[in-house]
Amino acid sequence: MFDGGKRPLVEVEGLKMYFPITAGLFRAKVGDVKAVDDVTFTIYEGETLGLVGESGCGKSTCGRAILRLYEPTAGSVTIDGEDVLAAPPSELRAMRPKMQMVFQDPQASLNPRMTVAGIIGEPLDEHTTLTKPQKLARIYELMDKVGLNRDFANRYPHEFSGGQRQRIGIARALALNPRFIVCDEPIAALDVSIQAQVVNLLEELQDSLGLTYLFISHDLSMVRHIADRVAVMYLGRIVELATRDALYEAPLHPYTQALLSAVPEPDPNAESTRQRIILKGDVPSPANPPKGCNFCTRCPKVMDLCRSVEPEFREVAPGHFTACHLHNQTAG
Amino acid sequence: MREEAQPVLEVTNLKTIFRTRGGEVHAVNSVSFDLKPGELLGVVGESGSGKSVTMMSLIGLLPSPPAEVRDGRVMFDGLDLLKCTPAQLRAVRGPGVGFIFQDPMTSLNPVFTVGYQLREPLMKHMGMTKAQAQVRAQELLELVGIPDAGRRLKDFPHQFSGGMRQRVMIAIALACDPKVLIADEPTTALDVTIQAQILELVKDLRQKLGMAIIWITHDLGVIAGIADRIMVMYGGQIVEHGTVKEVFAKPRHPYTRALLQTVPSVRGERAEKLNVIEGQPPILRAAPAACPFRDRCSLRFSACDAANPARYDVGPGHDAACFWDFDANAPRKEVTEKAHV
Repeated sequence: MFDGGKRPLVEVEGLKMYFPITAGLFRAKVGDVKAVDDVTFTIYEGETLGLVGESGCGKSTCGRAILRLYEPTAGSVTIDGEDVLAAPPSELRAMRPKMQMVFQDPQASLNPRMTVAGIIGEPLDEHTTLTKPQKLARIYELMDKVGLNRDFANRYPHEFSGGQRQRIGIARALALNPRFIVCDEPIAALDVSIQAQVVNLLEELQDSLGLTYLFISHDLSMVRHIADRVAVMYLGRIVELATRDALYEAPLHPYTQALLSAVPEPDPNAESTRQRIILKGDVPSPANPPKGCNFCTRCPKVMDLCRSVEPEFREVAPGHFTACHLHNQTAG
Repeated sequence: MREEAQPVLEVTNLKTIFRTRGGEVHAVNSVSFDLKPGELLGVVGESGSGKSVTMMSLIGLLPSPPAEVRDGRVMFDGLDLLKCTPAQLRAVRGPGVGFIFQDPMTSLNPVFTVGYQLREPLMKHMGMTKAQAQVRAQELLELVGIPDAGRRLKDFPHQFSGGMRQRVMIAIALACDPKVLIADEPTTALDVTIQAQILELVKDLRQKLGMAIIWITHDLGVIAGIADRIMVMYGGQIVEHGTVKEVFAKPRHPYTRALLQTVPSVRGERAEKLNVIEGQPPILRAAPAACPFRDRCSLRFSACDAANPARYDVGPGHDAACFWDFDANAPRKEVTEKAHV
């Protein structure tokens, strides 16, 4: 649905992020933690791509690697036509205003010794040549935009509640008029009643400023609300990518099916009759992923083929991608 | 169905405060509830609503100072737990009341093996010898579904994954066959697929062992699946209480209603815009003289500022602390009458 009129803003191609495991006196490399292993996707202008998965699946690492907060092992990332991974440091710095990030823990990602005005104004100091009054005007404008009272500009982060702190983090991300924002679990640390406030704010900002989001979360119900398309990650790989409705109504990959069926529903009548797919066991270590398909150790529909051959990530219906042998033949 | 049974746990008028440098914080305000044998009671509320503090007050797990249980009665097994000596309480914890804590990483001791930590309550409370305890410990690990239990007893907590550690916590809580099991957000730190495993395990264990369970969570979905009754807490008090079916079908407190509406669903209709509860939960500097939810409530009217609502009966076994009568869509009769006097 988005392939038609919209143009791709972020293109990720074969992205790999390996962290070396070292051992012994000379820190010899003995292996890799394959946190992100060959991930390819596109985010179109003005849309929200949801990236979901369980803890340790590599979704946050993926978000950070796209912004080159890590140095990825391989692959390419193009944001608005510019190659992010190949750029030398000075060029990368010039690209930074276009791509920003909202972090998970608003407590840890705000400097406790800086005032709100200082925090929101810091990107302006770094990247613009605004005069002091211009800067203050911009800070006030941003505080209005995210629903913070201007009078609080000289307060410190600890004086705010979790939801308000997250608004400060969002204002900082907006300071330089970015095109693309990576939201890394922006609501995970907040209470249920506050989550909705922050999600609504993000949606309003997207409409008024034409932002593009990569929304990383483990909360499947919130992703269903905010995302236009959704990618599901498992053990460093994307196992399924589709439009929101296709993914939630007709998931193809057995992992997506299990993940969706595991979410409890606040409705006692539905809960008493619902059949859950209970996965056995835990996620294998990304340092030593199983041979063949990553999910073969827990998959309820595992076949012999899955234990030896890695499934290809391919389009099985228009705009619906999955990496599963069950859907390879049908697509052909 | 279990109406006639004597409650195993009866809490009346519990009040807990914390003394802080900024003054007193009234964390639990006049909380009363009971627990029937074999029942699963779900306790829902946001962080700071007092749900964990209530349960920890019951069995004297709060450090004092700063905490102080100021008033109330907790009857368990003919004993008022609030008047017990530390030695008596130690005897109750374990065989009487088991506790599962939220974070399985910080509540297991990292320097002892899982086997040691499982044997400890068995030898202390059940008078077992080390050899007997070893056998029982292995049975417990098998009960909670840890594969290769005999060998795993020698492992340390860090060698287990999050879901497995939570199973170990459950095994320890079950070690002395408690009459009441209090589970404080046991699945909040876990992923959904692991949470589903633990929920299945608890349903299964409940059938096998028949203990009463108090399950604290902020996830209404979890409660819908496993609980018999639900208790919604806000601002240190119980704002709504009833059977799960009643409360989900006919929520009678504005907070419960809002909570049910703010949570988006993975199935069913998708709302264009999320409903929002504006504002922040209150900080309880004093015992509330008015409704704690009034600042965030869309139905607020004069009575809400004048007094803290009592828990009115709104259906069979269902009560809500709100001056608004949702059936009549008008203020409660009790309130309007008082205003005229």
